[in-house]
Amino acid sequence: MSAEASTAIDIDRSVGDFSYPEQHTFDAGTGLTPQTIDYISDVKKEADWIRKFRHRALKVFQEKPMPTHWATKDLENIDFDKIRYYLSRGQQPTRSWEDVPDDMKETFERLGIPEQERKFLAGVEAQFDSEAAYSNVKESLEKQGVIFVNSTEGLREHPELFRKWFGKVIPTGDNKFSALNSAVFSGGSFIYVPPGVKVSHPLQAYFRINAENFGQFERTLIIADEGSEVMYMEGCTAPKFETSTLHSAVVELVAMPHAKIQYVTVQNWSANVFNLVTKRGMAHENAEIRWIDCNIGSRLTMKYPGVVMKGRKARGEVISIALANDGQHQDTGAKMIHAADETTSNIVSKSISVGQGRATYRGQVHIPKHLKGCKNNTECDALLINPKSKTDTYPAITVRGNQHATQHEASVSQVSEDQIFYMKQRGLSEAEAMSLSVNGFVNDLVREFPMEYSVELKRLIDLEMEGSVG
Amino acid sequence: MSIDIRDLHARIDDQEIIKGLNLTLPKGEVHAIMGPNGSGKSTLAKVLSGHEDYEVTNGSVSMDGEDLLELEADERSRAGLFLAFQYPHEIPGVSNANFIRAALQARLPEGEELDAVGFYKELYAAMDALEMDRKFTGRAVNEGFSGGEKKRNEILQMAMLKPVYAILDETDSGLDIDALRIVSKGVNAMRSQDRGILVITHYQRLLDYIVPDHVHVMKDGKIIRSGDKNLALELEERGYDWLSEESAA
Repeated sequence: MSAEASTAIDIDRSVGDFSYPEQHTFDAGTGLTPQTIDYISDVKKEADWIRKFRHRALKVFQEKPMPTHWATKDLENIDFDKIRYYLSRGQQPTRSWEDVPDDMKETFERLGIPEQERKFLAGVEAQFDSEAAYSNVKESLEKQGVIFVNSTEGLREHPELFRKWFGKVIPTGDNKFSALNSAVFSGGSFIYVPPGVKVSHPLQAYFRINAENFGQFERTLIIADEGSEVMYMEGCTAPKFETSTLHSAVVELVAMPHAKIQYVTVQNWSANVFNLVTKRGMAHENAEIRWIDCNIGSRLTMKYPGVVMKGRKARGEVISIALANDGQHQDTGAKMIHAADETTSNIVSKSISVGQGRATYRGQVHIPKHLKGCKNNTECDALLINPKSKTDTYPAITVRGNQHATQHEASVSQVSEDQIFYMKQRGLSEAEAMSLSVNGFVNDLVREFPMEYSVELKRLIDLEMEGSVG
Repeated sequence: MSIDIRDLHARIDDQEIIKGLNLTLPKGEVHAIMGPNGSGKSTLAKVLSGHEDYEVTNGSVSMDGEDLLELEADERSRAGLFLAFQYPHEIPGVSNANFIRAALQARLPEGEELDAVGFYKELYAAMDALEMDRKFTGRAVNEGFSGGEKKRNEILQMAMLKPVYAILDETDSGLDIDALRIVSKGVNAMRSQDRGILVITHYQRLLDYIVPDHVHVMKDGKIIRSGDKNLALELEERGYDWLSEESAA
């Protein structure tokens, strides 16, 4: 493999790279002012408290500086005045694909969503720009009291539940982008699973950006009541536009005592998307929250899923795979906040840097002095495909007191020329050899994904590597 | 039909290692190359299989009439050339079964899928012949393998890929006597009218098990003597210096 042979070129994102002409009834225009907020609140016919919540959030957003003192300067290239903050056709999500407008239906059919729903999902929500176009959950779940709707409907139909937990796990002022989301959020899922109900098949949401210069700000809130279990999966794509697009979600999870939430993400953003997402869960006594996260694509992703272990024996886990191709920066990691005795957290992160791609791991583990018997395990491994590829690791593990156990391992490895030669000698092309190495590197983590997603993941990695060698 | 090497010169960085080598390996024959350390035997194996660190500065190599040097390493493999590595590489996280499957899949026309049932049947039969445990299919390629296991794995891959020409680079190194017997049995089972095999070795011992049709002695980047299997025995008895003195004279 020669040095110049592995500079990434055009990546085949053909599956997601298409768009339909825009036909929006509601368009908040470009730029962000208090009028934008009122426009969104008016269109959604929102209660007064939520309108006030948004206006407060806008102030916080405007006052907070960009986090460039620790994060990349590339954030400065986001022009908030050129972004469109709300686009919709005023559609209500339908329960039947037949009733979804043709272009939206075709979009999701091309992405294979209705097919996946038939095969293995318990419920689906499909969001097109700012609002959901389709939302359905199996009748049997509905009878057990499971709620799975978009956040707009959740706010309207279940205000007491929604308001109780909304913004409690991730306060508005957590960071600049959680404030932005709090000001202009639209779409995303609202899920409530009643005590003892175990949802055996996954619920899935798909977030699709269709319009250029658009910002997608979905807001997801999942509450798993006592002893319940749920797995939620999200997928996202956008077409390849000339200008950059912003995706800034906030996801809050609440696992009540003995509940279990698994949140699976497979994102495949096109290379001009700024993906700045805040995700955090709160685990009460003996509850478990697992984030299983795969980041492929985007220009810059900043995402550090977290778990606050608030109850005794709560467990938190982050399993993450990030692939940074040429011109991309995956800045990902995990936050584990131990706030009760005998809580356990586990972080396993694997990143791959291709060409001039850059992968950054940032971890925060916090175990205070007054607690007893907490455990954390952190492993982060980086694989570099070329000499120019970059990786950096910033683990911050704060453990006070002497009654805890923590373990941290990090490794950086490079795909060696001899390893590639060995595989080529067996008849694999350079791209196939790279793909196999990368798949081997993440193999143990891919097994953590539901089978249907692990197949998709392998396909995405193959596509990425195919485009990355000349 | 043969591999024909004519006046081959090759170097790594600025150092010439192969200095005008001539050799013909016809189908249906087993040839052995012997020689002291540093004579260029392993370099020859790498040059023939297309390692990019080596530059061919002169000469030609053809395989059944096709210009081998024009092909990339993976194209040479798919055209039927196999190299059993002296130091096989590890591929973490990739199972042996998947690796061999990927290599076979790479030989199929676009859109055609390897038949999984047939593949495993063949793989198990080949593993049985090499006295390999079934668990081996799930282990990562060469990771944590003993020297003997790695060499056995090379022969397994050869059995599965069925090359037209195979080069075995020091396959006997690191093998105890039992492993040597099993590996040799595997190689002998692959001797055929339709296959040429080039065995590179430092010691005569291997040639007791894989009896060659021809033996060549390599020194300082050239073949300095060729003969039948008795040449190997003579070398064993008299050492390489005897030949060097003779060729210097």
